[in-house]
Amino acid sequence: MEKAIKRYWPVFIVPTLLAFIIGFIIPFALGLWLSLCDFTTVTDATFVGFTNYIRAFEDTIFQHAFWFTALFAVVSLVVINIVAFLLAFALTQRLRGTNFFRTVFFMPNLIGGIVLGYIWQLIFNGILQQWNQAIGLNEWYGFAGLVILVAWQQIGYMMIIYIAGFQSIPDDVLEAAEIDGANWWQKLVGVTIPMMMSSITICMFLSITNGFKLFDQNLSLTAGEPSKLSELLALNIYNTFYGRTGWEGVGQAKAVIFCIVVVAIGLIQLKVTRSREVQQ
Amino acid sequence: MLDRRQFVTAGLGAAMVAGIAGLAGCSGGNSGGAGSATGGDDAKGKVYYLNFKPEQDTQWQELAELYTEETGVPVTVKTAASGQYETTLKSEMAKSEAPTLFQVNGPVGLASWKDYCYDLDDTDIMGELTKDDYALKGDDGKVKGIAYVIESYGIIYNKKLLEEAGYTADDITNFESLKKVAEDITSRKDELGFSAFGSAGMDSSSDWRFKTHLANLPIYYEYKADGIDTTDAIKGTYLPQYRQIWDLYINNATCDPGLLSTKTADDATAEFVTGQCVFYQNGTWEYANVAEVGDDNLGLLPIYIGVEGEEDQGICTGSENYWCVNKNASEDDIQATLDFINWCVTSDTGTTAMCGADGAMPSGDPGMGFVIPFKDNQPSENVLNNLADEINADKTPVKWCFSTMPSEEWKNGVGSALTTYAADQTDANWDGVVTAFVDGWASEAAAAK
Repeated sequence: MEKAIKRYWPVFIVPTLLAFIIGFIIPFALGLWLSLCDFTTVTDATFVGFTNYIRAFEDTIFQHAFWFTALFAVVSLVVINIVAFLLAFALTQRLRGTNFFRTVFFMPNLIGGIVLGYIWQLIFNGILQQWNQAIGLNEWYGFAGLVILVAWQQIGYMMIIYIAGFQSIPDDVLEAAEIDGANWWQKLVGVTIPMMMSSITICMFLSITNGFKLFDQNLSLTAGEPSKLSELLALNIYNTFYGRTGWEGVGQAKAVIFCIVVVAIGLIQLKVTRSREVQQ
Repeated sequence: MLDRRQFVTAGLGAAMVAGIAGLAGCSGGNSGGAGSATGGDDAKGKVYYLNFKPEQDTQWQELAELYTEETGVPVTVKTAASGQYETTLKSEMAKSEAPTLFQVNGPVGLASWKDYCYDLDDTDIMGELTKDDYALKGDDGKVKGIAYVIESYGIIYNKKLLEEAGYTADDITNFESLKKVAEDITSRKDELGFSAFGSAGMDSSSDWRFKTHLANLPIYYEYKADGIDTTDAIKGTYLPQYRQIWDLYINNATCDPGLLSTKTADDATAEFVTGQCVFYQNGTWEYANVAEVGDDNLGLLPIYIGVEGEEDQGICTGSENYWCVNKNASEDDIQATLDFINWCVTSDTGTTAMCGADGAMPSGDPGMGFVIPFKDNQPSENVLNNLADEINADKTPVKWCFSTMPSEEWKNGVGSALTTYAADQTDANWDGVVTAFVDGWASEAAAAK
């Protein structure tokens, strides 16, 4: 077996490496270069230095999108993880029909973001219509709508990860705690949560980066209405790049800034939660 | 059953076969185009047309095939999805096989693509234009684009319903009389069973009717008063009139103004076709969708907004579809493209396809139904076109000044502000529209420089 790997390693490495270079490294390098250029089509660019970055930071809508997205990421992170954790807790008890409910909660995750956005837009507008309102008329309706939509979509996914976490806790540890006289709360805080830190790390990482990167749901649910006030970062970048003549480079610069911010936040979050993980 | 190793081998084999087939498919596609050049021996060059109008895609595909049969020049037509033209053009132009023929919407569109436009001054197709107005000139005075379709818009109305309400089109000669009729219909809405206007939907499928087409009128009158063609700083002289026509539209419609943000183009069309409303602002391109009302039953009115002397105002007629030829294409391809567009507007096959109605295409499909600004234009079977021509014969047509709007961003800003105002019609919210219109114009015009 080992000999085979030695001989055939290029078969395993090269296709993936090529795909990674073509699909990631080259576009990323090109993106960095283009953020310093003025261009209409990506093959025909002239170098302009950092003016794109200056224009990006001067864009008030971009600043608004920044805070709006940060707030959205935090709120959706909290809502998704608390609800998913509680659901996972409930569905790992010995109750009837847990498999059925696991399937039901997971299902929304299988529907694409654009479709979900339009379906929820109909639902929200149908309700708001009673008061002659619509989701596109107020940025906080849009905000609440996005949180509800994303929570509905992602709770099931996070729940599955938490369920795996619950199931990996050895019974003897919990039993030992019980014998020592711990009540359910002490067991949860002192045993279950520390033992599940790795699940929590991955779920928080996924939900915070998803929150920052959210695009299709935003596009189809509110499209940034009213007046771009419900526009999240990814949609703002897209609209800058494709929607505004002469702003292609600025959109690219925003994308680079966005990338740095998401990577930084992701790494910090990983470091913080990792440090709380325990070895079994 | 396969064991694991056999399974992997089979999988790899299948993947390789698929890969090779894919490659073969690609090269086959390219050579197929050249190989089919059987008609003409000296056919050089090829045409790649990136079409803007999804509703005419099948006709262009068929016309391209006909041309290839006749001349041997391969013509590829691709159509961008609705609302995705700029996006598609941006990525297509970056490819080595870039479009040789594309289109811009007017001066503002030209500004972003001017470095790609071939000078069309000395081409055959220029000689076919009926009016110089239909040529789009760049800053250097050279012709960069040629309009290939002329369209009109106004207030389409249902004659039968208007008569049921006790009026005819002769009763409507200016904003005052339009308002009187509309408000009278609204006051008797329950008794009549229909409303004055269709929903002024502000969903993205419909909002261009108001943020772009209706906004054209205050801009047109301001340009006219100031004797200019375009500006970097709009003053908003006629915004009070813009407000009163917008008020009239939204408060005499089939739905509550608060619900406009959710209403689509299909909603408004359906309301008009099913007789729920008398008036419906749209253009000649919508004919196929409203034809159900019956040709004798369709009428067209100018959009009156309450400007002095507007009794002589005609229909808004113009073009936002200009053909441009890609300067960076090879010389052979440029020549092939010029020959192709010239053929489209001069040959029988071409003009019949572009102007014809039902059954105009050899395959039996309907033609494109265009009015084209070329000498060989054929009479239109589109009633709305004929109505527009009739009205414009005695009155002054309104120019399409909206092609000078500084950017899409500006239109979106005005659209959002209109929606907000419709839901809550306060002066403060109208100030939002004015800000988006005037200040937005200045900042967008500056940003585009």
